[in-house]
Amino acid sequence: MARTSDYASKADRPPGSLLDCSLLFVTGKGGVGKSTVAAALALRASQAGKRVLACEFDAKGDLLASFAGAGARGGRQDRPLGFVPRELLPGMYAMAMDPEESLREYLKLQLRIPLIPKIGALSAAFDFLANAAPGIREIVTVGKVAYEVREKHYDLVVVDATATGHIIGQLRAPQAINELVGVGLIRSQTNWMLEILGDRSRTGVVITTTASELPVTESIELVDKLRTQTNVNVAGIVVNRLLPEPFVSSTSQALAKLSGSRQREFQAVVGDAPSALTLIEAGKLAHDLRRREAEQLEVLRAFTATLGLPEPALIPMLFDAEPGSDTTRQVSAHLADEWGLP
Amino acid sequence: MGLAVNSKVAPRRAATGSVDSGFLEGVVANSDVVITCGSGGVGKTTVAAAIGFAAAVNTSRRVLVVTIDPAKRLADALGLESIGNVETRVDLPGLKGEFWVAMLDTSASWNDLIARHAPDASTATKILANPLYRNITQRFVQSHDYIAMERLFDLRSEGRFDLIVIDTPPTRHALDFLDAPERMADFFSSALLRWITLPYRTFGAKAGRLGYLAAKPFYQVADRILGSQFLQDIAEFFLLFQGMYDGFVQRANAVTRLLHDPRTSFVVVSSPEPAPLHEAEFFLRELATRQLRVGALVLNRVLPSMFLDEKTRLHADQLLQASQPGALGDLAADLAKSYVRFSSLARRQQEEIRRFSQQPECTLSVPLLDVDVDPLGGVRAIGEVMWSPET
Repeated sequence: MARTSDYASKADRPPGSLLDCSLLFVTGKGGVGKSTVAAALALRASQAGKRVLACEFDAKGDLLASFAGAGARGGRQDRPLGFVPRELLPGMYAMAMDPEESLREYLKLQLRIPLIPKIGALSAAFDFLANAAPGIREIVTVGKVAYEVREKHYDLVVVDATATGHIIGQLRAPQAINELVGVGLIRSQTNWMLEILGDRSRTGVVITTTASELPVTESIELVDKLRTQTNVNVAGIVVNRLLPEPFVSSTSQALAKLSGSRQREFQAVVGDAPSALTLIEAGKLAHDLRRREAEQLEVLRAFTATLGLPEPALIPMLFDAEPGSDTTRQVSAHLADEWGLP
Repeated sequence: MGLAVNSKVAPRRAATGSVDSGFLEGVVANSDVVITCGSGGVGKTTVAAAIGFAAAVNTSRRVLVVTIDPAKRLADALGLESIGNVETRVDLPGLKGEFWVAMLDTSASWNDLIARHAPDASTATKILANPLYRNITQRFVQSHDYIAMERLFDLRSEGRFDLIVIDTPPTRHALDFLDAPERMADFFSSALLRWITLPYRTFGAKAGRLGYLAAKPFYQVADRILGSQFLQDIAEFFLLFQGMYDGFVQRANAVTRLLHDPRTSFVVVSSPEPAPLHEAEFFLRELATRQLRVGALVLNRVLPSMFLDEKTRLHADQLLQASQPGALGDLAADLAKSYVRFSSLARRQQEEIRRFSQQPECTLSVPLLDVDVDPLGGVRAIGEVMWSPET
């Protein structure tokens, strides 16, 4: 498995080449904005002239919602994404994973088993297999995107992957099947998947987090698991919705000392006493929230530095952005700055 | 911080003795089981702990909170080394009732279940040693869902607790856990399962491969995909399980009944952002479709109301347009800038919440608070906010 030195050598890679990968899995603890980051990467790659497939693994509709509004088609009101990719923007296709459809395609293309005519029969068989045979659901999911990469249907496949809790099971599925199933066609199929997943020039995981305790802890655990349980490379870490440093340092000090006559003077400057008190209270909360985030960011930075991983990319909290394509565009621009993307 | 952490909030009771069902106090009074659900990252575990804690503070009930992961931060906050599979009582000052916590250990719970249902000890040992069994119980989200409900049923039957608050996994396929008992029952009694194990049963272990190949095309297909050895492993595993089918199906049905019990309430947790809210809407719709009782919708980490003050926003905007002289003027400009940013965010959160079409009667808004001020990491403070209308 990967050693620290591997990461050190990877750090030499020019950052612009993240988009030169063929397969990026974007994951992170729930609620940190991984769909937005996945959408932002896909958007950037397509703007750089690449043919891109964005694939949502958990079919919740968050990926499509990240393209809602302002020119791009998409959004939750639009027809949901299906297994057949749809061109949302020029050169940018999007699909939603459907393990059963994927198995059907797999049987047809890979094993040359004729289409099972009755959907009911396949569905029952699939339910059975997915329940009984560990990793079947996972392997047809990962296998589909690996297949798109192998066949070079796209320059880049960006996966809006499952949350940190499940991603290891998915990325490990080919290996697990290899170990569990002695012979059979499925086993022989896992070899090319393992080759693509383990090739750091082609495949990487982008971990998204916020600068809060639980997401940071989970991200660190995920890096450890990726290194010990899979061959898949950590391509980057994104810290999303980072609160800005609210004040210059003199303000922080002044805020702490603001009491008594000084506070009354401040109220006069603001011109309204209750508003002045609200400003102070709000300022203290902003200061505390930022301080906590700074601590977590430090934890994460110390961790990545120890492993020789690339510095986390920092995306500021977008106070004024509308959810949807507006947010995605801004995140995309920040990511490009942070990583020097084309 | 917009939240009085230590303030005592007196429960408000009407003359009839009924409690305000628009608050947690009412939800708890009407429930023996509370199941929290919601997408990941919304503070579900903390909210579950807060519900249980508030109940133990305000009532004399014996309360158990079951988390689904080690919940290290919660353990720290409660002064515990860790939260384990066995229920641990947490003794804290100011409790009227009892407060217990436990974690759901999927593997341990499955093993208990096998030990209980296996016809004899040797079958149990064989099952526990089967690699397929270990894979199924440890890797499958669905098995996790099932065992959570199974554990709940167990705890409920034992009668050691008056109120059980159980957290659920942040499922990808929302509410899978509700279907888990039924699907497990369907699975074990399915014709397909009998069918796939049939040749194995007919021809025995040694003739397994021949048996399959001689049988229907399905086996040939399955054999090509999975290999006969693996198929045999599957068959063997399910043959071992056969003696337990009835027990499993009965239990699964009992778990389903418990979920529909009028004293079981679901609490949907969300943060005020579009994606989790969308997920929460889906949860509420599904719960309604399944005729399950929604106790409350908890909107967690909402920016506090101080960011919604029109007058302050007006003054802040003015300060940004015309800066005031001196050190205090600089201070005012800095604070105003920060305020305007957060107030934009707070307004958008309110819009998202208003857009939310189907708020249940009990919708609780929990402000984002600096959890450092609460020694219990938000558990006490959040519980207090939700419990009853502030006086």
